[in-house]
Amino acid sequence: MNYIDHESVAKKTNSRLLKNKVLKSIFLAATMFGLIVLAILLYRIVTQGSEYLSLEFFTSFASRIPENSGIKAAILGSIYLMLVVAPISMFLGVGTAVYLEEYAKKNKLTNFIRINISNLAGVPSVVFGLLGLTIFARFFGLGISILAAGLTMSLLILPIIIVAAQEAIRSVPKELRDASYAMGATKWQTILRIVLPAAIPGILTGSILALSRAIGETAPLVVLGIPTILMFTPDSILSTFTALPMQIFDWTKRPQVAFHDVAAAGIIVLMTLLIIMNSIAVFIRNKYQKRY
Amino acid sequence: MTTTVKPKIQVPEKKKESASRGSVYQSNQLNLWYDTNHALKNIDLDIKENEVTAIIGPSGCGKSTYIKTLNRMTETIPSVKTSGEIIYRGKNILEKGYKFEELRTKVGMVFQKPNPFPKSIYENIAYGPRIHGIKNKKILDQIVEKSLRGAAIWDEVKDRLNENAYSLSGGQQQRICIARCLAIEPDVILMDEPTSALDPISTLKVEELVQELKKEYSIIIVTHNMQQAARISDKTAFFLNGEVIEFDETDKIFSNPSDKRTEDYISGRFG
Amino acid sequence: MSMKEPNSTLNVQELIAQKSNRGLLSFVEKLMPKLLLAIAIVSVLTTLGILATLVVETYIFFTRVPFWEFITGTEWYPFANSTPTFGVLPLVIGTLKITGIAVLVAVPLGIATAIYLSEYASHRARKVIKPILEVLAGVPTIVYGFFALTFVTPILRSISPEVSIFNAISPGIVVGIMIIPMIASLSEDAMNSVPNSMRDGAYALGSTKLEVAIKIVLPAAISGIVASTVLAISRAIGETMIVAVAAGSTPRFDGDLTGSIQTMTAYIVQVTTGDAGYGTTIYYSIYAVGFTLFIFTLIMNMLAQYISKRFREEY
Repeated sequence: MNYIDHESVAKKTNSRLLKNKVLKSIFLAATMFGLIVLAILLYRIVTQGSEYLSLEFFTSFASRIPENSGIKAAILGSIYLMLVVAPISMFLGVGTAVYLEEYAKKNKLTNFIRINISNLAGVPSVVFGLLGLTIFARFFGLGISILAAGLTMSLLILPIIIVAAQEAIRSVPKELRDASYAMGATKWQTILRIVLPAAIPGILTGSILALSRAIGETAPLVVLGIPTILMFTPDSILSTFTALPMQIFDWTKRPQVAFHDVAAAGIIVLMTLLIIMNSIAVFIRNKYQKRY
Repeated sequence: MTTTVKPKIQVPEKKKESASRGSVYQSNQLNLWYDTNHALKNIDLDIKENEVTAIIGPSGCGKSTYIKTLNRMTETIPSVKTSGEIIYRGKNILEKGYKFEELRTKVGMVFQKPNPFPKSIYENIAYGPRIHGIKNKKILDQIVEKSLRGAAIWDEVKDRLNENAYSLSGGQQQRICIARCLAIEPDVILMDEPTSALDPISTLKVEELVQELKKEYSIIIVTHNMQQAARISDKTAFFLNGEVIEFDETDKIFSNPSDKRTEDYISGRFG
Repeated sequence: MSMKEPNSTLNVQELIAQKSNRGLLSFVEKLMPKLLLAIAIVSVLTTLGILATLVVETYIFFTRVPFWEFITGTEWYPFANSTPTFGVLPLVIGTLKITGIAVLVAVPLGIATAIYLSEYASHRARKVIKPILEVLAGVPTIVYGFFALTFVTPILRSISPEVSIFNAISPGIVVGIMIIPMIASLSEDAMNSVPNSMRDGAYALGSTKLEVAIKIVLPAAISGIVASTVLAISRAIGETMIVAVAAGSTPRFDGDLTGSIQTMTAYIVQVTTGDAGYGTTIYYSIYAVGFTLFIFTLIMNMLAQYISKRFREEY
C-alpha cells in the first residue's frame, strides 16, 4: 500500500502556495512599515520646519520669541564638540583595536577587555551622562564645558569605533603583512606603514558613523546640564556651550506649538548634517572597497 | 616551451662548478612542528651560493614550510616549534636572540600570490630601503630604477611609477614584488611557488628573470612544477612527508634519480 | 659579508648598515605594545569609572534612604516638601510599560522584516532596503521623541479621547520603531548564516519558501533572533529622550497606559534639567536610579551574549 497519497498532496499544494503568497505580502508589508514611518517622519519635519528655516535661523541665538530663535550657538557648539570627540575617540578606538588585533595574546586580560567593550556598548547613554557629570565635570573640575562633554561623548562612542577599526584591521590580508615582515620590517613598522594605511577607509567609515551617532546624542548632554539658552559662542574648549540636539529638546518641551515648528527646523539642520556624514561614510566605503 | 617527454624530463646543459662555491645555507638536523604535526623531519641540506636551488615535492610535503623557515617567516604562525640548526653565513639563525629583522634584510622573499602593497609602484619598491632608514630622495630614485631594471620591468612601468601597483597585471605585479625585494640588494632570494598564480607567458618572463638574477644572487625556489625546476635550477631537493628524499644536481635528479620515490614522483606516478 | 662585487657606486646594504637604527627601532618595538595596552585599558577604566560613580553616590543615597524602602517602595515622590518618598517601583513599572509596548511593536515587525530580507527579497531589493533601515537606526532619539509627541500622540488622541498628551503608548510605539532595525538586521544576520544546503534539502522535497523560512531557517537561527530581541529590550530600557519628551513625569504604580507616566531614564532627565542642588537627596537619587537602570541593561546584555554563545548553531 502507498504511504503517500499523491492526489491529496497535489490538492494541498495550491493552498500551500497560496499561504506562501499571503505571508510573503505580510512580510513585505512589515518591511515597508519601517520605510513608510521614515518617510512620514521626514515629510512631517520638513513641512513643519521649513517655515522657520531661513538665513537668520543660522545667525541668531535662541530667543523667547519663536520668530527670533536661531541655532547659531547650538550649531557652533555641536561643531566644537565634534572637534574634541573626533580626535580623542579615534585615537583611543584605533589604538585599542590595534592592540586587540595585532598584539593581544590569548589570555584572561584580553578576554576581559573584549567582554568589557561589548558590555560598554550596551550601557545606556544616560548613564554615560552620570559618568561625565561626576568624573569630568565635578571630579576633574572641568565644569559644564566642551571638554567635559567631549570626553563623555568620546567614551560613549568608543566601543563603536573599536569594533569598526578591528574589522578594518582584520580585513587587511595576511599576505601584505608577510611581504613587509619578509623585507625585515618590524611589527610596528608593518602596522604603521602597511596595516593602518590599508585599513584607513574602513576606520574612517566606522568613525564617521560613530560621530554621527554622537552629534545627535542628547541624553548625556542633558545630564551634564548643558544650558539651552546661550547668547554667546564658545571661545575655548573650557567654555560653556550648547548643542543642536539640546536646543531641539528645549524647543520640543515648550508648550507653545510655534516652538515645535522651530524644533522641526532644528531637526532639519541636524538630519541634514547626519545625511551628509552618512553619505561621506558610504562614499568612502564604496570607493575603497576591495582593492586587493 | 615545456617539454613533455616522459618519464624523463630533459634538463638543459649547465656548467658544473658547484663544488667550488661557498655555502649560503646549511640545515643540520632541522625539525619543525606545528602543534603536534611534525612538518619537517631531520632536514640536512647544504645550499650553495649563486645557484638556483629548486625544492620540489607533492603538496603538504613541507617544501613551503622549509623555505619559510629560512627567513624565519614561520614565526608569523603561532605554535611553531623547531629544533636543530640552520647556519646562514656562519651563524645559526634559529638561535635565541638572533635578530631576524637583520636576516630578512639580507634574505628577500617572493610569495605564491603577487602581494604588492596597496601603494604606488614607486612606494612599493622604496618600502624596504625606507624602513631601513634610507630617506634621501635621490638615492631612493636610483634604487627604484635599479631594482625595476633588475626585475626587467622598468620599461613597462617607468612612466607610471605613481600609479597603484594593483593597476598592473598579475605577472607584472609579481615582477614588482621581485623588484621590491631587489631594492635592499639581498644576498639570497627565496621564492615560494612564485609562478603558481601566473599565466604561461608571465611564468616564462619570471623564469628568464630567475636565470638573470642567479648571476648576482643565490636563489632558492619552491615549485610544484617539475618542468620549471628542470628548466631553471642547478640543484634540486625532493621533499616527501617532511623529509628530504634526495638532493643532487638537477640533471642527476631528473635523469638518474637514486631513490625509487624520486623516480616515481618525477615520472608522474604520484603528487 | 657578501661575496658580490660592488656593481655600482650604490651599495644599499652598506647604506642600510649605516642608517638603520636598531636601538631606536627595538625600543619603539618594545614600547608600542605597552602604550597600546594602556590605551586599551581606557575602555576598562570607563567601566570602572561608571561603576565607581554609581556605587559611591548610590551609597551616599542609601545613608539617607533605607535600601529596603527604595527597592520595595511603591511611591516615588522625591519632590514632596514634607516627607519625600523614594520607592523605585513606579519608575521600574514605567520603564517596563514602555519596554513592553516597544517589544510588542518591534519583535513581530523586526522578525518579519528579517524573514523578508533574508528569504524573499531579491539582491537588488535588499541593496535598497538595508541602507534605508540603517538610516532609520541612525535617526537621533530626540527626533523620535519629537515625532512621538507631535505626530503619534495626536493620532492616538483622535482615536481615543482617554489618551492624554503624555502617555505610555505613544513613546512605547516609537521606541518600538526605533529598535526595529536592530532586531531586523541582527536576526537577518542569524538567518543568513544558516547554510543554503539546509534550504536546498527542504526545497528538493517540494517545500514552499514559507515552509523553508518557518520550519527550517527560523528554528536554526532562533538563538540569534532571541539574542537580538534581548539586546533590543536592553536598548528600550535605556532609551531616554523619547520618554523624556513624550511619556510625562508622573511616577505611578499601576497598569495605566493612557496617562502620564515616568521611567527611570526620564526621572534622571527631570532632575538634571531642573535645579536640584548638588548634595541633596534628590541629587543622589539619580545615581540610585541610574544604578538600577545599569543593572537592568547589564543583565540583558549578558543574557544576550550568553544566548548567542551558548546556543550557537554549529553547521
